[in-house]
Amino acid sequence: MDTLRVLIVDDEDDFRETIVKRLNARKIQSEGAASGVKALEVLKDKDFDVIVLDVKMPDMDGIETLRHIKKLKPETEVIMLTGHASVEFGLKGMQLGAFDYVMKPAPLNELLDTIGQAYNKKRGLIH
Amino acid sequence: MERNYRKLWWQHCLAIIGFSVIPLLIVNYSLYKLFDRIYTEKVMDSLRSEVENRRDSIDLFFRERIAQLYTIANTNTFQQMTDEGYLNRIFEIMHAKSDSYMDIGVIDNEGRHLAYVGPYYEMLKQVNYKNEFWFNAVKANGLYISDIFMGFRKVPHFIIAVMVREKNTSWILRVTINLKNIDDIVQKAWAGTLSDAFIVNKKNVLQTRPRFGGNFLEVPAFPEYMSDSLKSHPYPDYSATVATKLERVTYSGMDAFFAAVPIDSTKWILVIKENPDEILTPLAKGQHWMLLLTAAGLAIIATGAALFTNTLINRIKETDRENDTNSDMLLQANKMIALSKMAAGIAHEVNNPLASIAEKAGWLKDLLAEEDIAGSANFAEFNESVDKIEQHVARARKIIHNLLGFARRMEPAKEKINVNNLLDETAGFLENEARYVNIRIDKQYEDNVPVITSDLSQIQQVVLNLLNNAIDAIGHDGTVTVSSHYHEKTSEVEINVADTGKGIAENDLNKIFDPFFTTKEVGKGTGLGLSISYSIIEKLGGKMKVQSKVGKGTVFTILLPKH
Repeated sequence: MDTLRVLIVDDEDDFRETIVKRLNARKIQSEGAASGVKALEVLKDKDFDVIVLDVKMPDMDGIETLRHIKKLKPETEVIMLTGHASVEFGLKGMQLGAFDYVMKPAPLNELLDTIGQAYNKKRGLIH
Repeated sequence: MERNYRKLWWQHCLAIIGFSVIPLLIVNYSLYKLFDRIYTEKVMDSLRSEVENRRDSIDLFFRERIAQLYTIANTNTFQQMTDEGYLNRIFEIMHAKSDSYMDIGVIDNEGRHLAYVGPYYEMLKQVNYKNEFWFNAVKANGLYISDIFMGFRKVPHFIIAVMVREKNTSWILRVTINLKNIDDIVQKAWAGTLSDAFIVNKKNVLQTRPRFGGNFLEVPAFPEYMSDSLKSHPYPDYSATVATKLERVTYSGMDAFFAAVPIDSTKWILVIKENPDEILTPLAKGQHWMLLLTAAGLAIIATGAALFTNTLINRIKETDRENDTNSDMLLQANKMIALSKMAAGIAHEVNNPLASIAEKAGWLKDLLAEEDIAGSANFAEFNESVDKIEQHVARARKIIHNLLGFARRMEPAKEKINVNNLLDETAGFLENEARYVNIRIDKQYEDNVPVITSDLSQIQQVVLNLLNNAIDAIGHDGTVTVSSHYHEKTSEVEINVADTGKGIAENDLNKIFDPFFTTKEVGKGTGLGLSISYSIIEKLGGKMKVQSKVGKGTVFTILLPKH
C-alpha cells in the first residue's frame, strides 16, 4: 500500500506545522504550505493524495487555490477547512470539486476520518 | 419622549372652542345689537307719533275754543253781553254741545266784571281784574290762554280771554276751561300700565294731573316708595322744549323713555313717559331666547370639541404606542445586525488561535503517549493538564460555534409545517426531563391553526430553547403552558410558551435578546440562546416578544407569518 501523502495549506504557521507533525507521527506523509501560491508551487514537483485547504487566506483564498489545483491535478482530493460562518464557502468548494469540508477548529480525529475517506475515494474504494 | 396628553387635550379642546365660540358670540352679539337698535328706533318712532297725535288733539281743542270765543265776541255787542240774562243764554248754547266751559265773564276796559255766568257768581261778580297778570296780557295781545292758576276762586283753573274792540272802546270776553277736558286728552296717552303723560308750562309746573308724578302746580317728579318713607325724584325738565324731543333717560336708578313736544296754541309742553321694561318686552324676550340659544350652542360646541378631541387624542396615543413599538423593534433589529457582525468578526479571529492551541495540545498528547515520557515523575500532571486544555478548547469551540450560529446567514428552508404537531413533538423531547422535576407541560392548541411554510428545524430549535428556558426558570414544581393561536386578520400563527417561574426583572427585560446576556451562573449558560432564537424568528419573517412579571412568570410569544 502506498503511503498516504497529504498537503496542509494554511497561513497559520503554528497550526499548519503542528498538524504536519501530528500527521507524520501517525505515519501519514505530510507537508505544509503557508499559502495558496506556495501550495501550487509544491504541487508542480510533487503529487499528493489529499490536500487540506484553508478557505480563508490572504492573497489567494481557498476557493481560488482550489480552482488551480483542480486544473493542475484533477485527481487530487481536496478537503476544505472552514470557519462555521463560511459554510457557504465549504459548499461552494464542494461544487467546485472539493471532497468535503471540515469546520475549524476540528479535533484531529475528525480530520483524519475525512482524510481517510477522501483517500479511499481516490483509490476508488468508495464513490 | 412621553407626550403630555392632558395638556394636548386642553390645548386642542380650547382651540376648537375658541375658534367656534368667538365667531358665534360676535355674530350673536351684533345681531342682538342690530335688533336692539332697530326695535328701539321703532319704539321711538311710535312714541313720536303718539306724542304728536296727542299734541294735535290738544291743539285742535284749543283752536276750536278760541274760534268759538271769537265768534261769540264779535257777533254780539258789548251792550248785549253785559246783560246777564243774554249772556246766560249764550253760555247755555255754548254749554249745550260741550262741557268744556265752566263759566263765562265780560270785563270792561277798566277791569270791572260787568257780567258773569257760572258757579262762582257771588265770589267773582264784584272783582276788579285791573291788576291781574292776565288782564294786561290780553289787553296787549288780544288773546290770552293762561297757565293753571288759583285766582280769586282759589281753585286750580285756566282761562281763555279775548279782547274785542268796539267803536272807541274795548272789552274782554273770558271763559274758564274745564280741566277735565285737557286731562282726558292727555290721559289717552297712558298706554301701558306704567306709562305716564302730562303737560308742563314754561316754568316746568304741572298743568295736568299726571298718573304718578305729583299734582297740579307742582314740579313733575316720580315717586319712589321706600319701606319707611316716600321719596320723589324730579323728572327731567322739558319746559324749554321747542321741537319734538325723544330720549331715553337713566337717572336715580330709573330708566325711562321721554317724549316732549310743545303745544303750538299754548305755551305748554306735552310730556309722555314710557317704561322701557314694558315697551321693550319683545326685545327682552328676544334677548332671553338669544341667551338660551347661545348657551345651547356653547354646550353643543363644548361637548363636540371634547368628544372630537378625545377621539383624536386616543388616535395619537395609539399611533405613539405603535411608533414606540416599531422603533423599539427597529432598534432591536439594528442592534442584532451590529452585534452579529461583531460576533462573526470575533469568532473568526478567535478561531485561528484556538485551532492552533487545539493542535498544540493534541501534539503534546501525542508526545505524552510515547513511553519515555510516561515514566517521568510528573506524567500524571502533564496528562491532566493537556486533558484540561483540550476540554477547555472544546468548551471555547462550542461557544464560538454558538456565536457563529447566531451570526450565520443561511437561507432558511421552506417547508410545510403543522405547527401543532411541531409543538407537540418538541415538547415531547422534554416531557420526561420535566416530569422528573415535577413540572407539567400543558398543551393548549387551537384547531384552526393552519399549515405554515417555514423552516421546521429552526423553529424547533427556537421552541426547544424556549421550553428549556421555561423549565430552568421554574426549577421544580410548576407548569409550562405551550399554546398556539391563529390570527386570521394578519394571517399569523402565534406560539406562546408560558412558565410559572420566577419572572424577569423589568430592568432585564429589554436586554434578554442581547447576545451574552444571561442571568444563569457563570459557565451554565452562554447567553446566546435567546439572541439566536430572536434572529432566527426575525429571519423567518416573524416576531418574538416577551412579557414577564417577577414572581408570576414569563410568556414568550412568537408570531410567524403563514407564508
